[in-house]
Amino acid sequence: MPEPPTAEPPFPAGRLPRVAVDIDLEHVARLARLALTDEEKARFGPQLEVILEHARTVGEVAADDVRPTSHPVPRANVYRSDELRPGLTHEEALANAPDPFGGRFRVPRIVEDE
Amino acid sequence: MTGVANGGALCDRPAHELAAALRDGETTAAEIFESTLRRIDETDGDVKAYLRVTADEGRAQAAAVDARYRDGEKLPAVAGIPIALKDLFCTKGIRTTAGSKILESYVPPYDCTPWARLSAAGALLAGKTNCDEFAMGSSNENSAFGPVHNPWRLDAVPGGSSGGSAAAVACGEAVWALGSDTGGSVRQPAALCGVVGLKPTYGRISRYGLIAFASSLDHVGTFARSVRDTATLLSAIAGHDPMDATSLPDPPRDYTEGLDAGVDDLRVGVVEDWLSMEGTEPGVRDAFRAGLDALERLGAKVVPVKLPHADYALSAYYLIAPAEASSNLARYDGVRYGLREDGATSVTEMNTRTRGAGFGDEVKRRIILGTYALSAGYYDAYYGQAQKVRTLVIRDFEQAFAEADVIAAPTSPTTAFRIGERADDPLAMYLSDVFTIPADLAGIPAISVPCGLDAGGLPVGFQLMGKLLDEPTVLRSANALEQELAFTGRPPQVAEG
Repeated sequence: MPEPPTAEPPFPAGRLPRVAVDIDLEHVARLARLALTDEEKARFGPQLEVILEHARTVGEVAADDVRPTSHPVPRANVYRSDELRPGLTHEEALANAPDPFGGRFRVPRIVEDE
Repeated sequence: MTGVANGGALCDRPAHELAAALRDGETTAAEIFESTLRRIDETDGDVKAYLRVTADEGRAQAAAVDARYRDGEKLPAVAGIPIALKDLFCTKGIRTTAGSKILESYVPPYDCTPWARLSAAGALLAGKTNCDEFAMGSSNENSAFGPVHNPWRLDAVPGGSSGGSAAAVACGEAVWALGSDTGGSVRQPAALCGVVGLKPTYGRISRYGLIAFASSLDHVGTFARSVRDTATLLSAIAGHDPMDATSLPDPPRDYTEGLDAGVDDLRVGVVEDWLSMEGTEPGVRDAFRAGLDALERLGAKVVPVKLPHADYALSAYYLIAPAEASSNLARYDGVRYGLREDGATSVTEMNTRTRGAGFGDEVKRRIILGTYALSAGYYDAYYGQAQKVRTLVIRDFEQAFAEADVIAAPTSPTTAFRIGERADDPLAMYLSDVFTIPADLAGIPAISVPCGLDAGGLPVGFQLMGKLLDEPTVLRSANALEQELAFTGRPPQVAEG
């Protein structure tokens, strides 16, 4: 399988950029599937820079030998027994769908023509 | 009208008194529920705590409880008591919006576990309360359905994100309520509204059916007007749930036991740095000091402790929470439920336009922040580093708890601020949570108890944090503080009414 294309890291892994925070709003909004108006972009840009400027201080204290914590109370391999039990009915599962069709969720076309 | 001691409206009585009156046949669940509905009718036009009042459902539940009583059944402690649920808790057949336009018409096909347990025990649903959209906020101003007004001063915020639940309990529109606490969203509004707010240990209460914000930080929490009622409500909903893989297997207990054991054997740690922190209001500092004095009078030993990495906790939180939110909120794509924007020619365009139309400003900011912090090239420097800071915060607490049994701090650096005051300054808003975030990062239990009023007559919250799963010590120290301070303040309009 080919490697997915990755952006060139702007700085060595785990180290903060020395330059001021520069966020490419268009790119990030596209990754997040989020339509932003021009007004929103103009407003969010400076706000996000202030927040990130504050947030980047996390790089000042965490040394290489500190392990990351993903959950405050670690639990691993949580299984439950494989028992049959009632789930949602077909009707219940579709009840909130914006466009149910023939017992399924209908969406606009996924495959492009070109 | 009823035999409940001291008169006053039933909806203002503590849950344990109401439960006793029900058991003794002095009142009925129907009377208690009608009293709550009357209060909602009187005050919620101003306060706007509720998005939906479930009068029909609650009346039917009350009739069922009264029938159980007539059949001679011994009623559980929560039976017949009206409760409000933050609109982040899924309720079967009852619209649940998360304060968002994207879920405005969502009707869950199942109940969240906390409500399933309460409902089975005979609790009465008063309604679904307003909150910041997807629990993102500290003022309730981020709701798509308008702000909640603090019952103590209507032009001030109730705090957030569980602002509606806190305000409802403060003015008797519910006897108690549930909220969720990811960065302080139960304790901070509890402080700003003058009620008791508890965030138990991470995993102590099941989150099955709680709409997800940041999964490594989300906690279910409680609002009540006393520590005893808080313990009763926690006892009814705590415990393992096979439907939530993060719920803890440790057996639940009766948290009302040992509440009156006092504090003369306890060391109370104080983070002195926090009191001198810029932005902590003098009125908050004074009321907090008075609370510490009260604990000392009761025989507790006050000791200084240090949490040296707490300064970085806020930064870590505002990377971890948005990162997890950006992933959790990917599910709102216009396909299976929620809003869909029509007219798109491809599914990607439909997803993008739906999310652009359905989410509000703060949610969009955090999705962008989180997506950015997780994106290629930035992950290690932001998300990875933030997770390491989380480790340092946890180590700080472990060291501090070698010196102290509980750690005390103000809940919030300020009392309730004016609606609109911080709306255009997200970072200033984030600073509201500076004292509550560390306990979320560490997953430890923490409670906010009212400890007085500032010069402007607004309530101040006193926070007590404990070791993992040490809710009993947190609750008994909070109970001792509450008894000693005898804070009986109620919002002016309720006190006068």
